[in-house]
Amino acid sequence: MVRLLLLLPFIGLMIVPFYNIREPHLFGFPFFYWYQLAWVPLTSLLTYIVYRSARRAD
Amino acid sequence: MLTNVDSAAFAVFLALFVLVTGMGFVASRWRKPETLAHLDEWGLGGRKFGTWITWFLVGGDFYTAYTVIAVPALVYAVGAYGFFALPYTIIVYPFVFAVMPVLWKVAKERGYVTAGDVVRGAYGSRGLELAVAATGVLATMPYIALQLIGMEVAIKALGLHGEIPLVVAFLVLALYTYSSGLRAPALIAFVKDIMIYIVVIAAIAIVPSKLGGYGAIFTAADAAFAAKGSGGILLSPAQIVPYASLALGSALAAFMYPHTLTGIFASSGGNTIRKNAMLLPAYTLLLGLLALLGYMGHAAGLKLASNNDVVPELFKLLFPSWFAGFAFAAIAIGALVPAAVMSIGAANLFTRNFWKVWVDPKVTPAGEAKVAKITSMLVKVGALLAILLMPTQFALDLQLLGGLWILQTLPALVFGLYLNWFSSPALLAGWAVGLAGGSWLAWSDGLKPLHSIDFGAGKVAIYTGLLALALNIVVAVVVNLALKRMPQQRLSSEAAE
Repeated sequence: MVRLLLLLPFIGLMIVPFYNIREPHLFGFPFFYWYQLAWVPLTSLLTYIVYRSARRAD
Repeated sequence: MLTNVDSAAFAVFLALFVLVTGMGFVASRWRKPETLAHLDEWGLGGRKFGTWITWFLVGGDFYTAYTVIAVPALVYAVGAYGFFALPYTIIVYPFVFAVMPVLWKVAKERGYVTAGDVVRGAYGSRGLELAVAATGVLATMPYIALQLIGMEVAIKALGLHGEIPLVVAFLVLALYTYSSGLRAPALIAFVKDIMIYIVVIAAIAIVPSKLGGYGAIFTAADAAFAAKGSGGILLSPAQIVPYASLALGSALAAFMYPHTLTGIFASSGGNTIRKNAMLLPAYTLLLGLLALLGYMGHAAGLKLASNNDVVPELFKLLFPSWFAGFAFAAIAIGALVPAAVMSIGAANLFTRNFWKVWVDPKVTPAGEAKVAKITSMLVKVGALLAILLMPTQFALDLQLLGGLWILQTLPALVFGLYLNWFSSPALLAGWAVGLAGGSWLAWSDGLKPLHSIDFGAGKVAIYTGLLALALNIVVAVVVNLALKRMPQQRLSSEAAE
C-alpha cells in the first residue's frame, strides 16, 4: 500500500491547471515555478519512504 | 579557424579536454577486469557500478549537453512551455524505482546485455527481438547527432570556427570508447558532472544578483513575451494538455533508450537503482534552475542570432573569460559522456540482437566484444557525417521521431516483467502499428510532436508519442484476444462435428 505514494508525483504534476498561476510568489518565483521545483525533493522523500518500508518487509 | 579566441578561455578549455581524454584512455585499467574482451566488461563495465558511480554515469548520460543548451533555449523562446522538462524529469524516477530493479534482476540472472535480449528471453521471438533492437539503434543515432550540436555550440562560443575541432574531439572520443568501453564515460562522468554542477550553481547564484534578483528576471521575461506577442511565463490554456502529455510521454520513453538502459544494466543491483531513483532528482533540480537561464537571457537584454546561443552568450556577458571557458568545456565534455554511452548501447544491440542472431550465431564472447567495439566506432562516425553533411533540422526532426519510436518498445519490454498474458505476435503488431501510425501522424503534422484531436467540445493537442503508445497497446490487446480465441474456436468446432 505504501507503494501508492509513488503515484502522488504523477497526480501533483499532471494537474497542470491547478498550478498554472502566478500567486503566491516565493523568493521572486511565481507559483508555477516553485510548486514544480518543490516536487523534486518531495518526490525523493516519498521514494525514500517507500524504499524504507520495502526493506522492512524483506 | 581562429578568430576572436580568448586565450584564457581557450587555455582552460584545452586543459580540461586533455585531462578527460587522458582519463578516457586510462579508464581501461580502472577497476581492471580479467579481460575487456567480453561484452559484460566492455559494454557494461562488469555490472559492478555502485550507487555513486551509477549516479554520476546515469546523471551524466541522461542530462545531456544538448539539454544544457536546448532547454534554456526553448524557455528563452517560448517561456513556461519549455519547462515541461521539469515534470518530465521528476515523474521519471518513481517509474525507474518501480520498474528498473525488476528489469535489472532479469538481465543479471540470465546474462542479458540489451533490451532485445530481455524481449527474446520473455517471448522467445526473434522478430520481436529484432524490432526492439532496431528501434533502439534508430532512435539513438539522431540522439548522438544532437550531442554533436551541443558540442558545436560550445566550440563556436569559444571563438573556434570550422568543423575541424568538432571532428578532432569526436575522433578522440571514438578511440578511447573503443579501447575502454563503458569504463571511459563512467570515469569522465565524474569530471563532467562536477563541472556542470559548478557552472549551474555559479550561474544561479551570481547571475540573478547582476540582473536584479529572480523577481526582476521573471518580470523582464514577462515583458519580453508580452512585447513579442507570443509565449509567456505561464501556460496558455491550449498548452496545458501538450505540457502534461509531453512530460508523461517523455518520462515513459526516457529509460527505454539504449543509453539509459545500459546505465541501469551496468549497476551492481536493484538497491543501487532504487537509491539512484532517490538521488538522481538532484540533477532535476539543477535542470529546473538551468532552464531559468532562458529568462535571464531576457533580463540581460541579449540579442541572439539563434536561441541556442542564450547560454553561451549569457556566460560571455556576465563571467570572466576563464570561467566562460570552463563553462564551455563543461558543455563540450558533457556531450562526450552521453555520446559514448549511446554508441555503446547501440553497439551492444547490434552485436547481441543482430550479429549474433543473423550473421554469426557461434560468435565467442571475445568476438562479440570485437564486433561491438567496431560498431560503436561506426555509429559515431555516422553521426558525425550526418551533422557535417545534413541540415541540423534533420537531426532535430529525427530525434523527435526517435522519442516516439522508442516509446513503442515499452509494452514489449515492460509488460512481460509483470504479466504472462501477451504473446509475441500481438506485441509485434502493436509495435508496428504504433510506430507506423505515430510516424505518419507526426509526418502529417509537419514533424511537430503534437497532434490535435477534436473531442467535439473543441480541439485538444496531445503528444503524438503518447497517442501512438495508446494505439500500440490497444492493437496488442485486440490481437492477443483474437489469437487466444482462435484455437478454442477450432476445438469447439471439432467437438461439434
